[in-house]
Order: sequence, then C-alpha cells, then structure tokens
Amino acid sequence: MASSPAPAERVQSVYVYEAPVRLWHWINALAILALCVTGYLIGKPLPAIGGEPYAHFLFGKIRFVHFVSGQILLVGFALRVYWAFVGNVHARELFFIPVTRAPFWKEVFYELKCYMLMKKSAKTYAGHNPLAQISIHLLFVWGIVFMLVTGLALYGEGEGPGVIHTLFTSWVIPLFGESQDVHTWHHLGMWVIVSFVIVHIYAAVRDDILSRHSSISSMVSGWKTFEGGRPRH
Amino acid sequence: MATETFYDVMRRQGITRRSFNKFCSLTAAALGLSPAHADEIRHAMETKPRLPVLWLHGLECTCCSESFIRSAHPLAKDVILSMISLDYDDTLMAAAGHQAEAIIAETIEKYDGNFILAVEGNPPLNQEGMSCIIGGRPFLEQLKEAADHCKAIISWGSCASWGCVQAARPNPTQATPVHKVPGLADKPIIKVPGCPPIAEVMTGVISYILTFDRFPELDNQGRPKMFYSQRIHDKCYRRPHFDAGQFVEHFDDEGARKGYCLYKVGCKGPTTYNACSTVRWNGGLSFPIQAGHGCLGCSEDGFWDKGSFYDRLTDINGFGIEANADQIGGAAAGLVGAGVIAHAAASAVKRARSKDAPSSDTSKNTHEDA
Repeated sequence: MASSPAPAERVQSVYVYEAPVRLWHWINALAILALCVTGYLIGKPLPAIGGEPYAHFLFGKIRFVHFVSGQILLVGFALRVYWAFVGNVHARELFFIPVTRAPFWKEVFYELKCYMLMKKSAKTYAGHNPLAQISIHLLFVWGIVFMLVTGLALYGEGEGPGVIHTLFTSWVIPLFGESQDVHTWHHLGMWVIVSFVIVHIYAAVRDDILSRHSSISSMVSGWKTFEGGRPRH
Repeated sequence: MATETFYDVMRRQGITRRSFNKFCSLTAAALGLSPAHADEIRHAMETKPRLPVLWLHGLECTCCSESFIRSAHPLAKDVILSMISLDYDDTLMAAAGHQAEAIIAETIEKYDGNFILAVEGNPPLNQEGMSCIIGGRPFLEQLKEAADHCKAIISWGSCASWGCVQAARPNPTQATPVHKVPGLADKPIIKVPGCPPIAEVMTGVISYILTFDRFPELDNQGRPKMFYSQRIHDKCYRRPHFDAGQFVEHFDDEGARKGYCLYKVGCKGPTTYNACSTVRWNGGLSFPIQAGHGCLGCSEDGFWDKGSFYDRLTDINGFGIEANADQIGGAAAGLVGAGVIAHAAASAVKRARSKDAPSSDTSKNTHEDA
C-alpha cells in the first residue's frame, strides 16, 4: 500500500469494531463452524463403528458438541443484541436498517452496481456499506434467529416437557407441520448460513485487496485504516 | 336400544345387589372418601348410562378397527360389551342395510348431545363428497349431521387426524381430516393418530373418557399426552446404539444382525410421537423397530408425502422436482461458490485493466465489505 502519498492522502484510522463485537465475531465463527460440521454429521452419520455400545459414545459426543455450540451461539447472539443498544454507532448497523430512508436504498443500488462491476468507484464507509448491511441483516441475523428457534425446538423435543419445550417446541413444530419438517428446514437453514459464509469471506478478502482501507485486520484490532481521506460515515 | 346403566351391566353379568353394594363401599374406602360417598358412587353407577358411541367410517382401510379388536388390556370385548354402548359400527355390528342406518338416526335423537362420535377415516370434499357414499348419501353429510348432535369427537387413526394416504399428494378427492372439514360443528376433538393406532391406546383413550367423564389431557395438536408426548426414539431399546454411533447401513449387514440403530436406513423414530416403543403391539409382543425395520412415522402428519421411508433426509416438495435438503442446499452453496469464483476473476481482470489506465487510480474501489 506504499503508493506515493499526495498531500491530501494520508492514512487515517477509525475505531469501528469494539472489543465485544470482535470477540463475538470470532467466537461466533468458531461456533458456526462446529455447528455446521456436527449438524451435517447428525443428518448423515459417519460409518458405523463396531464393538459394544457401552464402549462408545461417538454420536452422543457429536450431538453434545452441536448442542454446546448452539448454546454458545445463543448466548453470544443475545449479548450481541444487547451490545447493539449500548455499543457505538457501528454496533447497531446489522440490526437497525433505515428502510424508510430513500437515500439508503439509493446507496444499496449504487453498491449493487459496484459489485456488478458496472461502476468504477464506490463510496467509503467506516462500517458496513448499505448493501452489506441489508444482506447481513436478512441472511445472517434472521438466519441465525431462524436456526436458534428451530434448533431450540428440536432440542426441546429430546429434552421433553420443560421450559424449552414450552417456549419453542410446543409452537414451532405445529407451525411447520411436524417434527420431520422442522428437521428439514433446520437443515436447509444450515446451507443458507454456509452460502452466507462463502460470500462473507470472499467479500472481506476482496475488499482487503481492492479497497484502500483495511478490512480483515479491522476485525482483529478494531481499527480501520483509510488511505486518503476520512469516510463520510 | 340399550339405555343400560353400569349397574344394569353388572347385574347382567351375574353380580348380586349385595356384591354391588360392597363394591361401592370398598371403592369409597379405597379412594379415601367418607362412608357417605358410598351412596354417591352407588347412585352414579345406578343412573349413569353407558356411554353411547357412534363409530362412523369414511374413506379408510379399516385398519383402525382391525387394531382395536386386538386390544388385550382391556380386551376389546369388554370395551364394547361392558364399557361403552357401541350403537353403530358397520364393521362390528350384526345389523346391516337400512336397519343399521336407522340406528344412527335413533341414537342422534335419543342421546342428543350426549354420545361420542368416533370417526374412522375422513370425508372427501371434491364432487360434493361423492367419492365416499354411505347408505346412498355422501359420508360428508352423515359426518356433519352426527357432529351437530354429538358430545365430542374421537378422530381414530391418521386418516381422521391428518388425512393419511387418501390425502397424500395430489389428493384427487380432496380427502380432509375431521378437524379441517368446513362447516363441522365446533365440538371437542381428540386425535388418536397412527396407521393404525395401537390397540391399547385406542381402548385406553375410551377407558379414560368413561372413567373420568372427560378427555385425557391433550397436547396443542389435540393428541392425548399420555400416549403421544414422547417420540419413539426417546424410549427405543436401540437408543444406546444411536448414541454410540452404531448404525445399520444396509438391511443385510452385520449391524442389522446385531440390532444396531436403524437411523441411517430411514427410521423416523426421532420425529414420530407415539407409544410404540413402550406399549408395543399385539399385546406387548413387538413393534417395527424390534422386528428390524425402521419406523415409518405413520402417526405423523403427511407421512406419505415425505419421500422414501429409507432416507433420513426427506424430500422437499414444491421445488418442482423431488430433492432433499442436502441436494438443494448443496446446489445453492455450490452456485454461490461458483459465483464467488467468477466474481473474483472478473474483479481481478477489471483491476488489471484499470491499472493499465493511469487515470483510474483515483477512482479505485473503496467500498466496504460484508
């Protein structure tokens, strides 16, 4: 990035991602990785192992890891929603979409055109651009809510009558039809998350390379550095 | 037509008045009630009529009746002859033709608002119900008329509870489960799903209604909790193999001989609410998983439309072709991956080009990532 600096071009830094947000991001990433791997294996178990059943607890362990990761995801999500209220302005980008603001939509379409390689330059944002904001909100935030609710409903099935059963299982299963349908939708939800992760990582890496600001390192340090001029937002 | 009370039945079966009085006193003592309550029990036994039941048959295969007559605890004969007054059941009754049909009208008139309507099967709604004709008129009419006058409805089996095979896609006759029939009187409905339901579950439900004069506690889908609150999987005797990760891969492999878990050959035990793994069938002899075959999920809504009985991932209809979650999701993720690669290549080409042109340096992408 060592291009000859013009007088106006100097590196500036903005503190975007606060520590709880960064911690949440990486714990979430690990939890989702564990959930996808174990979830896939629950749907399609590994080849059977021999011996006596009392000597093994493989599938039980896989399910245990799935449930623990799911609970970490749940607690993390709850704290993240809390942080959206008490954190800085960037902490609420994913949760509060200014859908009633016309300029917001104009910028969404502008970003779309940039990603379709129809526009050369893009505007600079300290946090997420409007397109990223809305796609994360729809696919990730609501995707995670969907996975948490269906996941808890399925967990409540195994646990039997109790708090989780009353709060989730009792209404989610009739809503989808029957238990098997909830399993199927939960499984489809995993693929939505996987698709999101692919796009997310790609966009982050691409941005890091192509743009004049830091992208990946900002989720580690919290600081986003901009070459030449501060961002508008 | 019988308006027999419980006392009448006991007398008919050779129990003396003296024994009956003793029974009432002992029952009061056993229940921890004061001696005065013995009179109340006696009064109830002498005046309470046996519960009249109309057992109607719509579109069905009679497997519910077949199951019912095999009940061991209590014996079906005790239920029919001593506990309820089964006024009409075209399969079990001696009368036939117009005489049989006349009994329905008579029961409705005599016990208006006081009889139980047991429905086996369901009515088809298309062609004004012409796909199921009983005694010269659509079953739909007969059902509605009986429902108008009954006290409560028992939906026997998956047909009456969910729709079952005749309601499977594309459901040409529009067979409709009892609780969804438009214009049906708003009466309490108890669902006893299964194809068929377990005999002891059927007689158990009737025994409960008779003993306590009310429905057993129902879950929010209308099934008695006492039999349908747990999955087959929760009490399956092969569950240790599931937790260990020991599965039958094929029906002829070593795992099948050793009685491993049938999850990978499509057992629907983990998603099926029924009492098979505890009550079992044929007097507690066995149940499908014990016989080496996975559960089909016959007591679940729409189990015919979920694709193969031998796959865990069931088909998702409505995508034009039948595909399961992994095929659809995997294809979507693959498309996204391919799109990402194509986009990366296009971005690289575009950047290389703009590097060639010196003027583009100031208009470099500075947008933010996801």
